[in-house]
Amino acid sequence: MNKIEEGIKPIVKKYKEEVGALIPALQEIQEKYKYIPKESIEILSKEFHIPVPRINGVITFYAQFRTEPVGKHIIRVCHGTACFVNNGDSIMDTVKEILNIEVGETTEDRYYTLEQVACLGCCSLAPVIMIDDRVYGKLDSTKVKNVLKKFKEVEND
Amino acid sequence: MTNIKRVKIGMASCGLAAGAQVVFDNLKEDLADSNIVVERTGCIGMCFREPLVEIEYNDGHSIIYGDIDGKKSKFLSQKIKNNEIAEELVVYIPGDEKYENDHYHKKQIKIVLRNSGIINPESIVEYIEKNGYKGIKKSFEKGKDWVIEEILKSGLRGRGGAGFPTGLKWKFAGGSKSDMKYIICNADEGDPGAFMDRSVLEGDPHSVLEGMTIAGYAIGANQGYIYVRAEYPLAIIRLEKAIAQAKEEEFLGENILNSGFSFDISLKKGAGAFVCGEETALMRSIEGNRGMPTLKPPFPANSGLWKKPTNINNVETFANVPWIIVNGGDKYASIGTEKSKGTKVFALTGKIKNSGTVEVPMGITLREVIFDVGGGIINDKKFKAVQIGGPSGGCLPASLLDTPVDYDSLNNTGAIMGSGGMVVMDEDSCMVDVAKFFLDFVVEESCGKCTFCRIGNRRMYEILDRITKGKGEMKDLDELEALAYQVKNGSLCGLGQTAPNPVLTSLKYFRDEYIAHIKNKKCPAGVCKALIEFRIDPDKCTGCTLCARNCPVDAISGEVKKTHIIDQSICIKCGKCYTACRFDAVIKE
Ligand SMILES: Cc1cc2nc3c(=O)[nH]c(=O)nc-3n(C[C@H](O)[C@H](O)[C@H](O)COP(=O)(O)O)c2cc1C
Ligand code: FES
Repeated sequence: MNKIEEGIKPIVKKYKEEVGALIPALQEIQEKYKYIPKESIEILSKEFHIPVPRINGVITFYAQFRTEPVGKHIIRVCHGTACFVNNGDSIMDTVKEILNIEVGETTEDRYYTLEQVACLGCCSLAPVIMIDDRVYGKLDSTKVKNVLKKFKEVEND
Repeated sequence: MTNIKRVKIGMASCGLAAGAQVVFDNLKEDLADSNIVVERTGCIGMCFREPLVEIEYNDGHSIIYGDIDGKKSKFLSQKIKNNEIAEELVVYIPGDEKYENDHYHKKQIKIVLRNSGIINPESIVEYIEKNGYKGIKKSFEKGKDWVIEEILKSGLRGRGGAGFPTGLKWKFAGGSKSDMKYIICNADEGDPGAFMDRSVLEGDPHSVLEGMTIAGYAIGANQGYIYVRAEYPLAIIRLEKAIAQAKEEEFLGENILNSGFSFDISLKKGAGAFVCGEETALMRSIEGNRGMPTLKPPFPANSGLWKKPTNINNVETFANVPWIIVNGGDKYASIGTEKSKGTKVFALTGKIKNSGTVEVPMGITLREVIFDVGGGIINDKKFKAVQIGGPSGGCLPASLLDTPVDYDSLNNTGAIMGSGGMVVMDEDSCMVDVAKFFLDFVVEESCGKCTFCRIGNRRMYEILDRITKGKGEMKDLDELEALAYQVKNGSLCGLGQTAPNPVLTSLKYFRDEYIAHIKNKKCPAGVCKALIEFRIDPDKCTGCTLCARNCPVDAISGEVKKTHIIDQSICIKCGKCYTACRFDAVIKE
C-alpha cells in the first residue's frame, strides 16, 4: 500500500457506509493534506463506487477544495462587502506585493499560500485577513506588513 | 474579600480577532488565587469596543469594560483585586439609567440575542438557567398542533431572506406523510458582509438546537442537520460541544425526556459555495453532490432531502422559536408591524460608528438603526447609502432613510430585508463600483445552470467595468436595465432572480453617478482609478519626501524641502501618496 492509500484509510473507513458522505470525506482528506491528492480521488472512486468525473465535478464546484499542494500557512484575504467598503482591496494589493504572488499561488519558499474569501464573518473589524485559523482585523497597509513580519518571527522563535 | 462573582470575556470570533485571548489568559492568571471565576462568553454585539470584559457581582449587577488589551487587562485585574471600578474603561452598565437611556441600548429588544454575551455558550447549565430547554418541555405538554398554532400566532417569518411564514411552513411539512422527515438549519450565511448567524451560533448554540428540536417535534421529524459554513471554525466547535451536552442531558437523542419523541442533530460543513445557501442547492450538497438548485415544486415540505419531507429554516428563525414557545405567540406578535412581527438582528458594518450585531423591533426606521443605534457615520462624514440584503439586495439613499424596516416596505424600495447584512457607506464609496463588486461576486458564484444567470450577469459586469474605466456610453444604461430584467425572469433560483437588484437600485437612486462616469468621465467618489488623478498642491507641499518614498513605481520626483511632482504617465493611482501625506497636499480628483 502506498502512503496516500495508507493515510486516507481511516477516512474511507469512517465514511464508506454513510450515504452522501463524499463531501465530508473530501474535507477530511483536505484537512490532512491541505489539498486533495489525485490518488485519493481514485481510491475514493473505487471505495465509494462513485465515478472519478463525478468526484471531480464535486471538487471543482466548491471553492474550498484544492487539487494542488499548498504552502505551510494559508493567508485568506477577505473580499466581502464590509471589507470592500473599508478599503480591503488595498490590503490584498499589499499582501500580493509583500509575498510577490497572486491569489491561488504559493510563495517560492512554500511558506504562504494566498487565497481570497467572500467573508470571514468578522465584518466589524474590516478589513480583515485570516492566517490559518486566526483572524487579524482593523488592518491597513502598515499593519498588515507588521502582521506578516511578526507571524514569521513568532514561528521561527 | 471581594463581592465579584465572575469575570467574563467576550470570545466570539470578533473578540478573538481583536485580541481577547491575551486578555483572557492575563485575567485568568492574575485572578488564579482569588475565588473569582474567569469565563468566556459570546458576542454582546458591541464589536466596536472589543475586546470586552464583563464583571459580574454577587448581587446580580454587572459592569462591562471595553477596548481592553494586554496592558489594560493587567490594570483591570489589579482593580478587580482591590475591588475598585476602572471608571475610564467602562462602556456599559446594564440597568444603569445613564447607559440604558442612550439610543444604542434603548432602541434594541433582545430576543434572538437574549443570551448572547450573557451566558457561557459552552455551558448547557447556564442556558438552562435562562429558561433554556423549557420550550421543549412545554411543547411536549401542549402537543404538536399547539406548537404550530403558537408559531402561526407569533407571525414569525423566515429570517433567511425570503420571509415566508414559519408556522405555515411547519404546517405543510407536518401534513406530509412519510416514514422519515428532516429538519435543516441553514447556517450557510453567504451574504458577504453579514455575521448575525455566526454571532448566534457562537454565543447561544443551544437556542438553535432547541428551536430545531421543537420544529422536529412539531412536524414529526427525527433527524436534523445544521449546514454551517466552513469559514466559521469557532461556530462549528461550539455547536459540536452543544450537541454533545444536549445528548448527555437527554435534550437530544432517543426518547427525549420520556416523551416518546426522538431527535438527533448532525453537522454538515459547507464547502464554500454561495448558492448552497439556497434551500434546494443546500439539500443537494448534503446529499454529497454539486450544489445545484432544483426546480420548485416539488417543495421541500413534500420532497426535500433524499426526497423526504423536509423543513428548512434559518439560524435566527430557529433561535426565536424557544422564546416564542415559552413566552407565547401573542407576546411575540405584540412587537413589530402588522405584517412583520418580532425583532430582526442586523449586522451593522461599513462606515458606521457602532459596528456589530444589533437586534431591533420590526418597523423601526433605517434612520433609527443607522444613526441612533449605530451612532452614525465614522468621522461624522456624510451618509451616502446603506446596502441591505447583500448580493440580492440593494443600495438605498439618504432620501429613503425613513423607510420602516419591515418586509414589505423594504421590498417596495427594490431592496429586500435579506438576512440582515447592513453595510453603511459614506461619500467615499462609488455606487457604480459597489454595483460592480456585487456582480463580480454573483458571476463568481453562479452555479452556471441557467444561461441568463451565467452569461447575463457576466455581460452586465462587463458593461459596469467599461463604465468604471470611462469607456461607457449612455445607451449602456438602457442595456443594463434590459439585461437586468432578463436575468431576473430567466433564472430558476433566487440567486439569479435577485442578482440584478444591486444594479437596478443603484441605477434608480444614483443614476447621476453613472452619468458622471459616462459623460464627464469623472468618478465623484474618487474611487474608479481610470477616472481619477493625483496631483500635488504646491501651496501645501513641504517637500518632506514621504510621498516619493511611498510611491511603489517612482512616479514622484522633487528635491527635499521643494515641491514634489507626480508624473502622470508613470502613476498607477494606487493612492499611497494620498494616504501617506501628512499635509493634505496630495489632491485626488
Ligand atoms: C442564492 C441564495 C442564497 C441563500 N443563502 C441563504 C443563507 O445563507 N442562509 C439562509 O438562511 N438562507 C439563505 N437563502 C434562503 C433559503 O433558500 C431559504 O429560503 C431559507 O433558508 C429558509 O429559511 P427561513 O424560512 O427560516 O428564512 C438563500 C437563498 C438564495 C436564493
Ligand atoms: S466582509 Fe470581510 S469579514 Fe465580512
